[in-house]
Amino acid sequence: MEKFSSIKGIAATMLNKSGNQLSLMMNIDTDMIIPKQFLKTIKRSGLGKNLFDEMRYDMNGNEIESFVLNRDPFTKAKILIAGKNFGCGSSREHAPWSILDFGIKVIIAPSFADIFFNNCFKNGILPIKLNEEKINLLIDDSMKGIEFEVNLINQLIIINGKEFSFDVDAINKDCLVKGLDDIGSTLEREAYIDEYEKKVLDNFAWRNPEGD
Amino acid sequence: MSEPKTIYDKIWETHLVYEDNKDCLLYIDRHLIHEVTSPQAFEGLRMSNRSVRKPSNALAVADHNIPTTDRSKGIGDEESEIQIQTLEDNCKEFGIEYIKTSDKRQGIVHIIGPEQGFTLPGLTIVCGDSHTSTHGAFGALAHGIGTSEVEHVLATQTLIQKKAKNFRVTINGKCNQNVTAKDLALSVIGAIGTAGGTGYVIEYTGEAVKSLTIEGRMTLCNLTIEAGARAGLIAPDEKTFEYLKGRPMSPKGDDWDKAVEYWSKLPSDEGAKYDKSIEIDATNLSPLVTWGTSPEDVISIDGKIPKPEDIEDDSKRSAVKRSLDYMNLTPGSPIKGVEIDRVFIGSCTNGRIEDLREAASIVEGKKVSSNVIAMVVPGSGLVKEQAEKEGLDKIFLSAGFEWREPGCSMCLAMNADKLSPKERCASTSNRNFEGRQGREGRTHLVSPSMAAAAAIKGCLTDVRELIN
Repeated sequence: MEKFSSIKGIAATMLNKSGNQLSLMMNIDTDMIIPKQFLKTIKRSGLGKNLFDEMRYDMNGNEIESFVLNRDPFTKAKILIAGKNFGCGSSREHAPWSILDFGIKVIIAPSFADIFFNNCFKNGILPIKLNEEKINLLIDDSMKGIEFEVNLINQLIIINGKEFSFDVDAINKDCLVKGLDDIGSTLEREAYIDEYEKKVLDNFAWRNPEGD
Repeated sequence: MSEPKTIYDKIWETHLVYEDNKDCLLYIDRHLIHEVTSPQAFEGLRMSNRSVRKPSNALAVADHNIPTTDRSKGIGDEESEIQIQTLEDNCKEFGIEYIKTSDKRQGIVHIIGPEQGFTLPGLTIVCGDSHTSTHGAFGALAHGIGTSEVEHVLATQTLIQKKAKNFRVTINGKCNQNVTAKDLALSVIGAIGTAGGTGYVIEYTGEAVKSLTIEGRMTLCNLTIEAGARAGLIAPDEKTFEYLKGRPMSPKGDDWDKAVEYWSKLPSDEGAKYDKSIEIDATNLSPLVTWGTSPEDVISIDGKIPKPEDIEDDSKRSAVKRSLDYMNLTPGSPIKGVEIDRVFIGSCTNGRIEDLREAASIVEGKKVSSNVIAMVVPGSGLVKEQAEKEGLDKIFLSAGFEWREPGCSMCLAMNADKLSPKERCASTSNRNFEGRQGREGRTHLVSPSMAAAAAIKGCLTDVRELIN
């Protein structure tokens, strides 16, 4: 996994329009992020072109101009801003894979669904929880295409002279900064797993599937 | 005496392999695997030259993209075929039991786990699928994981986890006739919202929950993820033990007795602390239906479609507006009577034998409306076999339903079963997201009896009117 310390880039904001009013799009689910027809792959790569496919392309496969990721400079966005409960629904890791493959490394939202949130860290994506009031202060600058800096080491979003601090769990931060492989670090503690299996499972034979 | 614990606390503690000030390693007893979220995990193992730690703790089956028509001549779609073949090959290579597509035990992963007795109380169960929460109906800690975590479980039989908070949902009272587990689940989601359970494990208690059958409990726990909680739990009881006894992979003999003794101690202790609690009264609940594109968009069948202008919150108002546009519904008008084109009965939410019996009891002796295409997709080969033994297939077929082979089917429309643009469907599945059942398709989530009633009437309807 690629190491993550700080990135600079354009931020695209997912907005809903109701009359003349724009507001952050909430409950963006993983079916929206990557529709099921793209889950038949046996690879992790190449899904960026299908990110938000049904919002991004019409029935004939042509780009829908009004969709933010189809408009310059947001075609090069590295940061995505959205409303609450981002990534709800299916556990498909194809969602973070498609986001990463598009080039987005940071997602800023008031809240995230649990499974998606976890999946991000396993793929070198930083999901930042920021309250809606603070996010609203980012929208104008994002729409103007002003460059954002997201510094994970100092836990800061820096934009147009303003700074917004954010929280991140220490272990998740460590994983991203070092680009750690979870499995490798768990296997370093394999002795504990051996011991657990021996001690506990010997006393609870029923926990093994019948015929084991 | 130690502090009173919830069932979640108990399962968590007995599965802790390692804990330091940064993280916890949780032991995983059971791993269900399907074709869509596993190929990259197996590929990862191969690339780093790792093996599967405990192949016997895993069980694999193809369900998501498999066609529900005759499969004896192959899968018919090249990409799906490759994905299913890859699953079979991976299982062979790593020594994991794979239920073939031709096997009568084949079916939706969350239906076959319980059927085979692979799912047991007090265990930790994971699968690369969010509806793994289903297995919580047995008092197991069960939740969905991503593909990276699938690989992690394969390699280490553990997961790096943080403990969730405890959320108790008490459902009091008795349900009226034709108000089902599906309606209870939708009412919970409607009450707490799709993010209401984020960061929690939900434990369901109360009279209405206790009186549910095991199938009903599975429906309730299945939909827990739609309320944002990764796992739902119901304390095991005599019904649970009775369901599991004698299943092929359930403990036998002395092991069974020891297991039951252990399971009997699992229910939450009196005085256990919950971080959050709500109570819901089932007594006056009507059958429910969703009107929008989120499972929280739920109203009673005698209710009216909401008006965006009545909603104060900006984000919520624009979300409602977007949903209503997508669903092509008129704000303020009754939901009852909205015409439908399709009916889907099946899925890990409502594809079990009891669901098919419930739907068949409504359909018997009636005909599917001429403007509706309706299909029943049993959740597994064994469900299908049992239904055929009871003659349910004949009831559905003579009413004009299609009777299909088992699989996930139109719940997520990865195979050929999908809605055409603008088609409206009464569906017993779990998600009404935009495009979920097919691009521009419109989904109304309902119980099996409500779906059956909609098929007969050709519109969203109150099933109780069809009976009385």
